[in-house]
Amino acid sequence: MKRIASLAAVVGGLVAFYVFIYLPVAVLVLFSFHSGRVPMPPFEGPTIEWYLEVLGDGKVTEGIANSILVGAVSSALATLLGFLAAYGMARHRPPGSTAIQAAIMMPLTMSYLVIGLGLLILFSALDFGKSLWLVGIGHVVINLPLCFAIVFSQLGGQQAALERAARDLGASEVQVITRVTVPMVWPALFAAFCLAFTFSWDEFVIAFLLTSFDVTLPVVIWSMLRTGLNPETNAAGTLVFLVSLAVALVFELVVLRRRGASS
Amino acid sequence: MTAARDMRLQGVAKRYGTTTAVEDIDLDIPAGSYVVLLGPSGSGKTTLLSILGGFTVPSEGRVLLGGEDVTDVAPARRMTVTVFQDYALFPHLTVGDNVGFGLSVRRMPKPEITRKVDEALALVGLPDMARRRIHELSGGQKQRVALARAIALDPAVLLLDEPLGALDLHLRRQMQDELRSLQRTTAKSFVHVTHDQEEAMALADLIVIMKDGRIEDIGAPDRVYNAPRTRFAATFMGESTIIDGTVSARDGAVANVETGQGLLSFDSDLDNGARVGIAVRPEKLRLRAAGDGEVGLGEAIARVVTFQGSFARVTLEGAGGLSLLAKVSPELAPEPGERVALSAAKGDLMQIAD
Repeated sequence: MKRIASLAAVVGGLVAFYVFIYLPVAVLVLFSFHSGRVPMPPFEGPTIEWYLEVLGDGKVTEGIANSILVGAVSSALATLLGFLAAYGMARHRPPGSTAIQAAIMMPLTMSYLVIGLGLLILFSALDFGKSLWLVGIGHVVINLPLCFAIVFSQLGGQQAALERAARDLGASEVQVITRVTVPMVWPALFAAFCLAFTFSWDEFVIAFLLTSFDVTLPVVIWSMLRTGLNPETNAAGTLVFLVSLAVALVFELVVLRRRGASS
Repeated sequence: MTAARDMRLQGVAKRYGTTTAVEDIDLDIPAGSYVVLLGPSGSGKTTLLSILGGFTVPSEGRVLLGGEDVTDVAPARRMTVTVFQDYALFPHLTVGDNVGFGLSVRRMPKPEITRKVDEALALVGLPDMARRRIHELSGGQKQRVALARAIALDPAVLLLDEPLGALDLHLRRQMQDELRSLQRTTAKSFVHVTHDQEEAMALADLIVIMKDGRIEDIGAPDRVYNAPRTRFAATFMGESTIIDGTVSARDGAVANVETGQGLLSFDSDLDNGARVGIAVRPEKLRLRAAGDGEVGLGEAIARVVTFQGSFARVTLEGAGGLSLLAKVSPELAPEPGERVALSAAKGDLMQIAD
């Protein structure tokens, strides 16, 4: 009897936990299909009217394109820089490597507001106008520590032994990296890229501070929200969520498939 | 085809801080010879191989390859290739791409790479395996692919780091024979690290016995086995009983040595008062009184007698608790507790100066 009670408590707790986390998302998605003008219960519909409206809105599609551009470029750059930093730290152990590592990881602990403001002040002092480039730089700053950590954890002794063998067989340093290291750690690189992309995709604070005319999707949604809640914002929010979900899914599939193949 | 080249270490030492990995190393590896570095773990044999391969730069001394100083030449530009203990095959490449890796990074044309890869794979007995994936191979096959990858590059010297260590005993003995014939066919120098003295004797033209970072003994297998230079060499290369003593008198070429097992006399140039160890191989120790041309080695009590098929292994206790070991025909084996006389042919006594 007691065991059943404690089991019920655990299950109840878990359900409450997941409801707390996912209910807002579920409501957002559900009411994006709501046919009324105001996204309030009771639910009416369903309809895809709002999706058509949102995707027909030039501002939204432009925001999507900008977000993809910023996300792809900044994530690729963060992954590249993170990989190079991780490779250097893992293979050459430079003097003061603990301090260097701490410096690389530092932006993780900083608020996006501070990073965004810092970049804004710096680039206005340099007479550099707000643009998507600055957002990209900001996203590289916030995602670099993550990419570094993911790749660094995968550069173990096994790869080091293979790199040594490659060097012995006559490979130059560049050939060692492109022909041995990268092919071996590419799932980690892919994971780092996907994670960085999802962070960049829905990042708002830095994107808001550093853009003026060309803006990313979160900033577009924010300006839509200023006129009040409506099903279009729900549809746009759902699109953001779906893209993040898709990236996560692709990443899972690739990594899990590889695990399955190697075992 | 690269001709084999002499490789030479001159006064080589490697220190890490205050610890010494190897020191006082002078070693000649004649072109086309099979050299085995033999020693227990921590003896410095792997460090030595690493110095030959260019992975470790010695703190002192020089490394010469074909008369040229290559001490500071990186592994990539050195005409040596190492076959690593764990094979270090690239899991993301096929067998053929692994074997062709060294040629491919040198930008050799594809058809030529394919030809050389096929040649190398045929040489190690794995023809038609080029398209396989590494994870589909057995341990022995991986070993062969690692060898083929090294040979495809046509190095002057092939370095093998415990190449048979990961294989089971049966496969080991088989690969051992193949390694030897591969070395003969390619006429390259092979330097092979192992702690297995049987493997060393089966393969080597030259055995280098190492201990604590130094070379204890170096020579052809029969010389090293039959006349080891040091106490360690005598015990590490096969089993030996060592009887310690002091030269008490000389009579022409013959020295009389005072030992716990009595006075032994044999041919020796040692001076009066010199301390000496007299080693006997277990198969040479006879459990009977000395006859013509033999030396009596006193008496001992048989303690443990183990039947091992073609021979019996007898552990005996001599004077002062000295432990002796003999391998005799089973029908000649004493009963445990029996007191027996010991002897050995004059030529079977190995003198070890301390």
